[in-house]
Amino acid sequence: MENLNLDGSAKTPTVKFDAANGVLELKGRSIPENSIEFYKPLNDWIDAYATGPQPNTIVDIKLEYFNTSSSKCILDLFKQLEKLNSGNTEVKINWYFEEDDEDMEEAGEDYQAIIDLPFKMIEVEEI
Amino acid sequence: MSQVYDIYKKLEERNVLLSFKGMVTSELLTTILQIMESKLEHIDEKPKTRKKVFNILVECLQNLYHHIDSDSTKNISKEERSALLMIAKTPTHYLITTGNYMESDQVSALKDKLDLVNSMNKDELKTYYKKVLNEGQMSEKGTAGLGMIDIARKSGEKLDYNFLDVKETTTFFSLAVSIPETN
Repeated sequence: MENLNLDGSAKTPTVKFDAANGVLELKGRSIPENSIEFYKPLNDWIDAYATGPQPNTIVDIKLEYFNTSSSKCILDLFKQLEKLNSGNTEVKINWYFEEDDEDMEEAGEDYQAIIDLPFKMIEVEEI
Repeated sequence: MSQVYDIYKKLEERNVLLSFKGMVTSELLTTILQIMESKLEHIDEKPKTRKKVFNILVECLQNLYHHIDSDSTKNISKEERSALLMIAKTPTHYLITTGNYMESDQVSALKDKLDLVNSMNKDELKTYYKKVLNEGQMSEKGTAGLGMIDIARKSGEKLDYNFLDVKETTTFFSLAVSIPETN
């Protein structure tokens, strides 16, 4: 299947969903007024990927900023991956946050508390 | 022309970094965010504070943006659909102030929400945020009902608000969010 590559913008993240390697990356900022429109193709891609996933699926979330509209869409994305995890692939989430960014670290912990998937919190100097 | 000087002095006294009054559009939000990002960089603000201010500003601006088309403005004239935004910086904190007209019959619902958020401590806000995030329904406009909770959580301060009756059915709502500088 085709990979999903979207360039980042002032309000939307860079998306690199790589089907052959089972690596899904969101990077940058996600602050559109209405996130539903932006996340719909991502959900559709994951649905298609679910029909023949790699044995391991790695999800790299490297967000600098996200708004509350995106927070709900990101949760829905994780819920989709949670379902996928019980099938033919093992899903792992890497949650990146910049040094001292307690808000972003806490946001990752919030998702971790809701979603039944292994989360790895990774502190980096710069995203 | 002395009035211009008065306005200038008032903005100066209040340490205003940026102020805007008018219609809030998606393009305007992008521009304001770009200006504030470069200002924060120029001030050489600590990354932690810079991110907090930016995040809270996004939520405040998007509240104004979504408010324009909501039920709470359905009978409000075009002139009254413009809003006010001010960002100020004092030696100890940033202050983001917004103002907008709304239908008076929508006031009590908003007031209840603000009072609920203000009644909660840090842990309660975290629990409430997770509950709304997980159980809440998203609107078609992409709002998740999380904005005020997120603003209160990230600022760590109570939300300072006011409702002013301007006409029989119209109220002016103002919100001031204080963001302390972190160490």
